[in-house]
Amino acid sequence: MEKGMNLTLIVWRQKDAKSAGSFATYAARNVSPDMSFLEMLDVVNEGLALRGEEPIAFDSDCREGICGTCSCVINGVAHGGQKATTACQLHMRKFRDGDTLTIEPWRAKAFPVVKDLVVDRSSFDRIIQAGGFVSVRTGGTPDGNAIPVSKEDSDLAMDAAQCIGCGACVAACKNASAMLFVSAKVSHLGLLPQGKVEQDWRVLNMVKQMDAEGFGACTVTGSCEAVCPKEITLDNIARMNRDYGVATAKGK
Amino acid sequence: MKLDSKIPSGPLGQKWDKHKFDLKLISPANKRKFEVIVVGSGLAGGSAAATLAELGYSVKSFCYQDSPRRAHSIAAQGGINAAKNYQNDGDSVQRLFYDTIKGGDFRAREANVHRLAQVSVSIIDQCVAQGVPFAREYGGLLDNRSFGGAQVSRTFYARGQTGQQLMLGAYQALSRQIGLGTVKMYPRTEMLDLVVVDGHAKGIVVRDMVTGEISSHAADAVVLATGGYGPVFYLSTNAVGCNVTGTFRAFKKGAAFANPCYTQIHPTCIPVSGDHQSKLTLMSESLRNDGRVWVPKRKEDCAKSPGSIAEADRDYILERKYPSFGNLAPRDISSRAAKEVCDEGRGVGPGGLGVYLDFNDAIHRLGAAKIRERYGNLFDMYERITGENAYQQPMRIYPAVHYTMGGLWVDYNLMSNLPGLFVLGEANFSDHGANRLGASALMQGLADGYFILPYTIGHYFASSKQTRPKADDAEFRKVEEEVAARTKRLLSIKGKKTPRAFHRELGKLMWENCGMARSKASLELNLKRIPELREEFWNSVNVAGEAGDLNQTLEHAGRVADFLEFGELLCLDALTREESAGGHFRVEHQEEGECKRDDENFAHVAAWEFQGEGKAPLRHTEPLVYEEVHMSTRSYK
Ligand SMILES: Cc1cc2nc3c(=O)[nH]c(=O)nc-3n(C[C@H](O)[C@H](O)[C@H](O)COP(=O)(O)OP(=O)(O)OC[C@H]3O[C@@H](n4cnc5c(N)ncnc54)[C@H](O)[C@@H]3O)c2cc1C
Ligand code: FES
Repeated sequence: MEKGMNLTLIVWRQKDAKSAGSFATYAARNVSPDMSFLEMLDVVNEGLALRGEEPIAFDSDCREGICGTCSCVINGVAHGGQKATTACQLHMRKFRDGDTLTIEPWRAKAFPVVKDLVVDRSSFDRIIQAGGFVSVRTGGTPDGNAIPVSKEDSDLAMDAAQCIGCGACVAACKNASAMLFVSAKVSHLGLLPQGKVEQDWRVLNMVKQMDAEGFGACTVTGSCEAVCPKEITLDNIARMNRDYGVATAKGK
Repeated sequence: MKLDSKIPSGPLGQKWDKHKFDLKLISPANKRKFEVIVVGSGLAGGSAAATLAELGYSVKSFCYQDSPRRAHSIAAQGGINAAKNYQNDGDSVQRLFYDTIKGGDFRAREANVHRLAQVSVSIIDQCVAQGVPFAREYGGLLDNRSFGGAQVSRTFYARGQTGQQLMLGAYQALSRQIGLGTVKMYPRTEMLDLVVVDGHAKGIVVRDMVTGEISSHAADAVVLATGGYGPVFYLSTNAVGCNVTGTFRAFKKGAAFANPCYTQIHPTCIPVSGDHQSKLTLMSESLRNDGRVWVPKRKEDCAKSPGSIAEADRDYILERKYPSFGNLAPRDISSRAAKEVCDEGRGVGPGGLGVYLDFNDAIHRLGAAKIRERYGNLFDMYERITGENAYQQPMRIYPAVHYTMGGLWVDYNLMSNLPGLFVLGEANFSDHGANRLGASALMQGLADGYFILPYTIGHYFASSKQTRPKADDAEFRKVEEEVAARTKRLLSIKGKKTPRAFHRELGKLMWENCGMARSKASLELNLKRIPELREEFWNSVNVAGEAGDLNQTLEHAGRVADFLEFGELLCLDALTREESAGGHFRVEHQEEGECKRDDENFAHVAAWEFQGEGKAPLRHTEPLVYEEVHMSTRSYK
């Protein structure tokens, strides 16, 4: 059997939204390189529980990089720094025996900490509620092939639509800006004929809500793009800025 | 208990239209007065909540994740079926209907499946209108592929993320209603019990997962769309939070649980790497369009590097056993073939629990670039998890629990035997019989939520004339106290083993004795071992933390406690179904290694009724009557 690695974890512990938090140090022993990062945390938590200490709270669900639930900053990088990879898909073979890992929650005014590594991202939901949809009812829609969509537009829309809403972009940005997230949705819908109809209204409303939630301004540092597990690009931000300009000019 | 399926009369193809006309309506002005609780925000629950709110009902929607968008439907990869026949390759409603009935090994209700095939076409129109970016051809029309053993191309897809895109479509429709104030959303809220008043489902008791507060919600009807129970096996392709709590609590309140033994094991998952494993990852079935499944012919070759094994020394198991379907043989059949060769000692990789899925031929034929275009994201995912490059060496795959066909019993209106309780999506039992075909779960979830429940729920309101209780009525108080007491008990045991340790043990028992092959002896062993494990759990589980706080160990402990009861029911159902059908393979009932059904004695749905703590549940049956299809032996040879 391969011998496991021994690691030191420096983890953010915070009882709840109102309490102040601080770092605590834990040893992770005999870590298999085949474990995912979150499985490593599971094992550490088992040990804590049996010693009568409270396990580290962290969010996860699908554990395959698609639900967008997992969210932690590892050694200063949202999701840990492997290209196009969420924390749940990061595997321990990327680390070395003896490494020290600092693990923190997303930090942003619009994402308050709920407990330990768990944050409240409901601001993202409210941005979608403000306009991130096509206003159609169920039923009475035309045949799926009634409106052809060029493959190019549909592929670009899909590139943007892949966003998993994890919030890494916000966590990575020094201004805690949500522009990458918002622009991905604005682009996805605006590139399709079905979504174009409401694009002016959509972009104005979503941006307004984004500002109201307390997200910062975008200074195009590109740090969001670098950590995005779905490789959403800055092109979306440029596209949204254009759409925003057009909508404002129309005085909508 | 009376199980009345309420299948409408008349010819199969006209039943749904006739029924829609016969259903009573609620006037637009009155809809607002009816409150509906929808538990679950996946494809089934999300689409239902949005549509009911659009119609004018007052809706409350619940999910355990931090956002409704994260329901497990998001993880579906391959695609969604619909009988559009855009490819002009011979598809039709009738063919999709027949394929689904046959795929389910003639253990699904004919009228429900026919309706599913009928409404499938509207689903695609709906999703396109919402802005779901389905794959398109160069001419701008929708693209299709063949999937999961179908001989026509009827599967619509959005790269390898179809579930994600359909989920976001439903989430956006739901978000629009939340914004309009017609749906009140409760994320991070777990349903822990159902409340029944005068025989009707009238509300739920929930726990706020952030504050720990336990509270009640009353309504005129309760819709459960809480997904499947795969994690009763501990390891599965489901999300780690998927649970049976919603449906099992309803079962204990009188709802019948149908066919729990019908579980689907998916052939193409990444093998287990160790005890630390928390879930298994599916490698989309679409890979079998270009990958060839093989193992060495000789045991001695299993440890060798695959590239060094000569063509003549390889056994392409599916191509050999099922020449006409080859590598595209249905899931249950492919999974058993893999298990068989591993049991013979011809498996590959750690522990001999794996078979190769080899793309070498396809790469030679089409070029690596084409393979990357088709499956790039899957190959990347495989590499992230295993550290191996599947362009250079074959993937290793092994079957894993993936989907659960069983669920709460529902009639044609998707209402359970408890009036006012509706069950949608993977949580009900109705459409897939003993085995589900690929790309049909997404179709069913959206059919239930967008196009069926919105019609049938109004009929219940119009005909039942019930009043809505208040959430502080005595019955609600009583259930709240029970829920609080259970939480307190879990926290007070302070034993030596974590909930995860119990979950893992239960999973091992289920997988080994009630997995791909089941026997009388193995099931009886489980029926003895599971109650023992349950007793040990209630004596020595260690649940860290407090009740009034975000406490993930407590959440997990509650789910494991329910799995420990439900696992027994599943095994009991498997023991009493003395035949093999679809995903339920009883070793005593086989013919040349294939399922041997017993239509004379088991062409029925088995629905279990709770009889009280410590008492054996009662088995009821609903006969399956086929008006249109002829029950044949399912052969893919
Ligand atoms: C990896 C994977 C790939 C798949 N690929 C395909 C595919 O290609 N094609 C296909 O057709 N099918 C596929 N399936 C199957 C399909 O995705 C599911 O069957 C379907 O999405 C289930 O939808 P649902 O709405 O019923 O449940 P889910 O999407 O599982 O939603 C359940 C909801 O219930 C909520 N919930 C559960 N319990 C509680 C509780 N106690 N309290 C409060 N809320 C609760 C959850 O929060 C969630 O919102 C796949 C499944 C998996 C696992
Ligand atoms: S847990 Fe779903 S993306 Fe990580």
